[in-house]
Amino acid sequence: MSRRGWFQPGPLPAANTTRKRDTRLTILGCLAAAAGLYLLEGHADPYIVHMTCIAGLFAVLAVSYNLINGVTGQFSLEPNAFVACGAYVTALLTLSPDEKAASFILEPIIWPLSVISIPLLPALIIAGILTALMAFLMGFPVFRVRGDYLAIVTLGFGEVIRVVANNAQSLTNGPLGLKGIPHLTNLWWAWGLLAVTLFVIVRLVNSSYGRALKAVREDEVAAEAMGINAFWHKMLAFTLSAFFEGVAGGLLAHLITTISPSQFTFMFTFNLLIIIVVGGLGSTTGAVLAALLFTFGGEWLRAVEEPMSLFGLDIPGIPGMRMVFFSLILVGVMLFMRKGLLGRYEFSWRWLFALFRRRPAS
Amino acid sequence: MDGAQLTQQIINGLTLGSLYGLIAIGYTMVYGILRLINFAHGDVLMVGCYIAWFAAVQFGLPWWVALMGSMVLTALLGVIIDQGAYRPLRRAPRISALITAIGVSFLLENLGLVIFGGRPKAFARPEVFNQIYEWGGVRVLSLSIWVPILTAVILAGLLLIIYRTRVGMAMRALSRDMVTVQLMGVDTNRIVAITFALGSALAAAGGVFWAMKYPQINPLMGILPGLKAFVAAVLGGIGNVVGAMIGGLLLGMAEILLVAWLPELAGYRDALAFVLLIGILIFKPTGIIGQELPE
Repeated sequence: MSRRGWFQPGPLPAANTTRKRDTRLTILGCLAAAAGLYLLEGHADPYIVHMTCIAGLFAVLAVSYNLINGVTGQFSLEPNAFVACGAYVTALLTLSPDEKAASFILEPIIWPLSVISIPLLPALIIAGILTALMAFLMGFPVFRVRGDYLAIVTLGFGEVIRVVANNAQSLTNGPLGLKGIPHLTNLWWAWGLLAVTLFVIVRLVNSSYGRALKAVREDEVAAEAMGINAFWHKMLAFTLSAFFEGVAGGLLAHLITTISPSQFTFMFTFNLLIIIVVGGLGSTTGAVLAALLFTFGGEWLRAVEEPMSLFGLDIPGIPGMRMVFFSLILVGVMLFMRKGLLGRYEFSWRWLFALFRRRPAS
Repeated sequence: MDGAQLTQQIINGLTLGSLYGLIAIGYTMVYGILRLINFAHGDVLMVGCYIAWFAAVQFGLPWWVALMGSMVLTALLGVIIDQGAYRPLRRAPRISALITAIGVSFLLENLGLVIFGGRPKAFARPEVFNQIYEWGGVRVLSLSIWVPILTAVILAGLLLIIYRTRVGMAMRALSRDMVTVQLMGVDTNRIVAITFALGSALAAAGGVFWAMKYPQINPLMGILPGLKAFVAAVLGGIGNVVGAMIGGLLLGMAEILLVAWLPELAGYRDALAFVLLIGILIFKPTGIIGQELPE
């Protein structure tokens, strides 16, 4: 018998025996989370609220990135492009015409955008759809290659999008970026999006499509032989993850209120990559947990950048030390703990109950 | 554009292309043997530049001593990275090694930012490379003439090692079939280490010339040349040293001519390499001289 981790309680009861109970518990859990958010919004200080919003959005990004990288096994490096696309589209749609006219100093903004200003929700949906469309078109050339070539090609796409954002002055305002985006994102938007994303992606992963995606990950040739069209399944995962990344990008823009091409470099993708690798490639639960850990842990790590005095020794603050830690964590996880925190395990109520039940003597 | 300008642009393209080629050789050698995209290659180049900068500016050594020292120390760094980060993952899935390489790349960049600071440092051109030659309206910096010449010398030396020594023979054999070569009694780890050393030394040389051409260095300078050189390696057919050089020259020429002929697209120059890459992978994934298909 193989050695089990702390989180592996042994055989679980079949899913269909506990479905009713599990649904009720999930609804209860959501209500409890909503109550928690309500309390947080009313009583916590704005900084904590801001960080919680960021954490929620990063969880959305990690879960959707994990769909293509972890679940489907197509190692790609483009989320910065999708997030940038979503952020720019949403911001351009919601900014008021006056704001836009004031921002675009070097070259005026092109016509239809110069007069449009719509509410956040339709803007987010349009951004999501446009990002998904971009992913769809990108998928045709990109999924002709596999493995590390896929990584480099998608990285190249991310770089191209950044270059375009820097140069298409009349559309993106170039390197100056967009300022004065209304601060519309709150806890409800961020965590609401997380709930929707989790609902859609978990349902997808547990469906027959999800099993097909995992089959493509494990052995593409065998999956094809079983009648799975690998290309269209990859496209499905890619487009869906792009949709959510685009929407999350839009919310991110309305949280930090200024965007510029320099925010959407490969560094952004790198952060998401650490999250899904630490959480365990392929585990949605791991992606959410690691996103929360990364956001709050990252804030906590700011301490190492501040001057401190340790045992009477004055250590000057070293700015940038945080990223050194993150890189070390990524390399360390790959070398010593390749499965990440959770491997491919997922949270389920059955698992939770089994964990607390007395383990069968084996 | 008249003839003089065109000549000037072609010389510029040749210079830039030689640099891409020098860097691309490191990618192509490592990929040929380990099937690993050594993401950290561009950052190894950056470290090489800083070593040369310290030697030349802080210790006042002559440029060729700084260059040699930088190549030796950078080769050592390449070996350390391979032994520390990649060797434990030789039997792991290839994607694990790629993620590790990305991690090492970010580690070098951020360590660079912490140690050297984010502010660019001026990299003075030595006197030999700072003269301006002029023939009939063609004005070129002596550096632009010297870089292709030195590159050719380095390439000749490398080809000599690869095709005329036992180590080179082992390298060529390894890229065909690692397991069999191991059974034949070749110390594969030693050969892989030598490959990393050679590739990194060439990256250092490319980096130092790069720093002389655009006379400043910063901790993030390696990213773009690194990525573009990888594209050059794919363009030439990955795993092939001469191909990498040709790919580098083509890419450098294409970039310079794009800016020369269509100045309004100058801002998109950095995107050209990736558009080319997508084009190659769609139409001729084996590259110009390559035989091996990407996975």
